[in-house]
Order: sequence, then structure tokens, then C-alpha cells
Amino acid sequence: MSADGLPMQRYSGLNLAWQALRRNKHWQSAWRDTTPKRGYEVVVIGGGGHGLATAYYLAKKHDIRNVALLERGCIGLGNSGRNTQVVRSNYFYPASVAFFDHSLKLYERLGRELNFNVMLSQRGVVNLGHSDHEMELLRRWCNAIRMNGVDSEMLTREEIKHLAPLVNLDGRFPVLGGFIQRRAGICRHDAVVWGYARAASALGVDIVQNCEVTGFDIRGNRVHGVETSQGPIAANKVVMNVAGYASVLAARAGLELPLTTMALQAMVTEPVKPVLDTMVTSGLVHAYVSQSDRGEIVIGGTADAYNSYAQRGGLRQMHEVVGAVLELFPSFSRLKLMRQWAGRVDITHDTSPIMGLTPIENLFINCGWGTGGYKAIPAGGDTMACTIATGKPHPLIEKFSLDRFKTSALVDEGAAAGVAH
Amino acid sequence: MLRIPCPYCGTRDETEFIFGGPSHITRPKLEVDDETWTAYLYNRRNPAGAHDERWGHVYGCGRWFNVTRDTRTHEILRSYAMGLPPPDASDA
Repeated sequence: MSADGLPMQRYSGLNLAWQALRRNKHWQSAWRDTTPKRGYEVVVIGGGGHGLATAYYLAKKHDIRNVALLERGCIGLGNSGRNTQVVRSNYFYPASVAFFDHSLKLYERLGRELNFNVMLSQRGVVNLGHSDHEMELLRRWCNAIRMNGVDSEMLTREEIKHLAPLVNLDGRFPVLGGFIQRRAGICRHDAVVWGYARAASALGVDIVQNCEVTGFDIRGNRVHGVETSQGPIAANKVVMNVAGYASVLAARAGLELPLTTMALQAMVTEPVKPVLDTMVTSGLVHAYVSQSDRGEIVIGGTADAYNSYAQRGGLRQMHEVVGAVLELFPSFSRLKLMRQWAGRVDITHDTSPIMGLTPIENLFINCGWGTGGYKAIPAGGDTMACTIATGKPHPLIEKFSLDRFKTSALVDEGAAAGVAH
Repeated sequence: MLRIPCPYCGTRDETEFIFGGPSHITRPKLEVDDETWTAYLYNRRNPAGAHDERWGHVYGCGRWFNVTRDTRTHEILRSYAMGLPPPDASDA
């Protein structure tokens, strides 16, 4: 249902023409902004991509429509609107590849699923190798991806020159080759947030903004609801999806998590004509570069070194990332940086996420995405919705449980995963 | 750019230092249960607020020391020598 109680308008060429004829005065709000009821079957905490996707799949695939999504600020203003839009599944371990490729497959049909153009552009992600030893590791990584049934192919120097002519192959760290996942690319992050919010709202999910969860109603080791800035809300099941704030929220439920929160920054230059139609990543110099649809060169790198909840990056890290990018693309030195920003990222010891059950009954968790949660949004929502509906971890996320730290069965993607976030 | 007060050299730019993670993590006895050992290995306080952490003055005197820093504002509240107990948060 839409804000005015009518069925959701479908976006189409025909509707666009019809609304234009009516002077564009009859477009519906994309979703209903609601005040919360006193109780729900499921309360989803956090209105980023993962929370919205979880609410959507609960309603769509499990027919659980008595769902509230509580967001402390406005939806999509956290990491969902601050990332560099990369979607890829070129991970190393079978559990990671299976999960992230499920996500990429969902992204591939997300526009049709949500009736919202998410502007997916599968322009490929290239990882560069700068030494013979690194090339051997890239071959191992590339083969591991293929063994897990996902596309990946090695590239020669000449092929990289052809794909991205501006890359300096003979710099301080010469480029000897690399590999590419051609199905990887970028996808408009705000559209993913808006698309999931609109589709979830149409299925009856209540989206509540400016509603901070300040505490939990936990009795007999079981959650019965949440305390919020808009009053108490009862719930049979509660799920936390608050990237960058998970430790603070979990502490309100008495849980301590294996997380460290840091700032990850990104930046864009002034817009220029198309010069780069793929995405280039270097693990050695730790930087990645793409060009947005608006023409800006989008630059990212590694997280700042120390704990931070400030949502701003430091100059030291910015210098390192920009220096690395200019070594790879000397011609970009003439471009002005237009904007620089940072998101809070919750980093685990093995740089794999934490998803599934908690020690408290009916309280679920989805956190620890570190620097790469955006690409996981559809699969995160899909698998968490299934986990919440059935009370058992979805098979794709069994290895990412909070329990793995007790058994030390870590999924150590830290050394293996790519740099592009 | 942080300006970090080294207790031995005075205040210098962040580029002279290396971050060493949280301070005051104490290894429990080896006979403890799995929960305690897991918490020691992996769980972190990770506060949004005052955080006691270690910094090394690698491009200066080379010595390690503790810093209390607000993770929301990056304001440095104090620095103190290695081996000292965590300061009382109330006088921050």
C-alpha cells in the first residue's frame, strides 16, 4: 500500500508519460513514513540496506508483514549512502564465495524484482599484481574463485592496458598482470535503499524514522520488545542491523561483540568525460578507483588505523590513498578532489560478517561487515529473513555465526579478499 | 591529523606514531572456561566515547605509552605511561 492507501504505482515508461501529461502532480510517495504501533511480530532495528532488505524479504518470501523497521535517523544515511557502490563476489573461501555470489545474483535481477532501476553496471573489477610473487597469489585466488563456480580470469599486462589505458604499468610498483571478475561492477546505492524501502512499504512494513532503540525488554533470556525514543514497542522477534554502531546497541542487550569500529573514507574528484569504464584495484598499494555515472573519479582505500565513531577520515590515510592512486593513474593528478567523507565500519578479527542467532532467544544479529557490507545487502536480507522466520541459521550463513569465535572456526578473508569495498 | 602527546617528547603529529590497539587487555589464567577465553581473545569494549589505547612513537623516541581518546570527537583526553592502571573515567 502507498501513503494514500492506494496500491503501489508501478514505475514504467507508460506511467512516466501518463504522469507527465498530468503535470507530474500525482506521483505517490515512495514509501509510508509511519508512527509505530504498540507491537509487531518482528522489529528490525536499522534502516540501512541490510535492515530494509530483511524487512522486504520477511514480507515477500515468508509472508510476515507485521514488521516495523526502526531507524534512528533517516533511512540510508549511514553506510548505505557512504560506500563506493561496488558489487562483486571474488572472495577466496567457499563459504564467502557462495554467500557473496548469491548476493550478486540477486543484484543482477534486483531492478526487476523491486520495480526500481538500481543502475547495475557490470563493468568488471580488475585486481592488479605488481610482482612475480603477487601474480602467483592472484593466480591462486583466481583459481579458487573458479573452483567455487564463479567467473574470474587472469589478465596479461597488455589486456590491462587495453581495458584501462590510463593505468601506469611502469610506476614505482610495475604492473605485471592481474585478474578480473567481469560480472562485478557498481550499482547505485541510494536506489537500492529506496527500492527496498518502497517495496517493503508496499507489502505492509512500517518504516519508522527518527526512532532510536534505547534498550531491550529481555525476560528469561528471551527478547519481548524494545524501548525506543518513541516509547516501548513489543515484538516476538528482534533483529539488529546497525553497521557502525553494533557494539553500542548490543551492549544495551548485555552482549559484548568481537568488533572494532573504525573510519573508512572515500572521495570523489571533479567530474570529467569517460576515461575509465572498469574498476581498478591494487591490493599492494591498497587503493581502488572507478568512474561514476556523473563522471567523478571515485577513490577508496583502507580504513583509518584507530578506533573511531566520528564519521570523518583523517588526513594521513587520505594522503596514503591519494598517493597510491596517483602512482597508478598519474594523469589524475590534475583533478581536484570535490568531496571526501567517511563511514563507521565494524571490523571483525577475520573480516567476515557476523550473522544469525545470539545467546538471547529471538534476538538476531547482522553486523561486522567491516569495509564491505554494501555488496551483501540482498543476500544479507534474504538469509536473515529466512533465519528469523525459521529460527535456524540459513545454510549460507552458518559459518558466519557469532559462535565461530568460541570454536575459532574463523573464515579468515582478511588476507585473501580484495580491496574494493 | 591527530596531534598526539608523547609523555617523553611532547606533542607531535600523528605521522610519527603507530596505533597499537586497546590497552589493559589482561590474559586470564589458562584454566578458564571457553566464554572467558573467547572474550579475552576476541571481544573488545569498542566504546563510542573515552577509549584507552596504546600508541608507539616509532619515528621519535621509540617508546610505547597509553592515550585516552574520545572516539566520537578524536579529542585526546590524556596520555600516561605503559604499566600504569587504567585511569578513573570520572576524572576525564
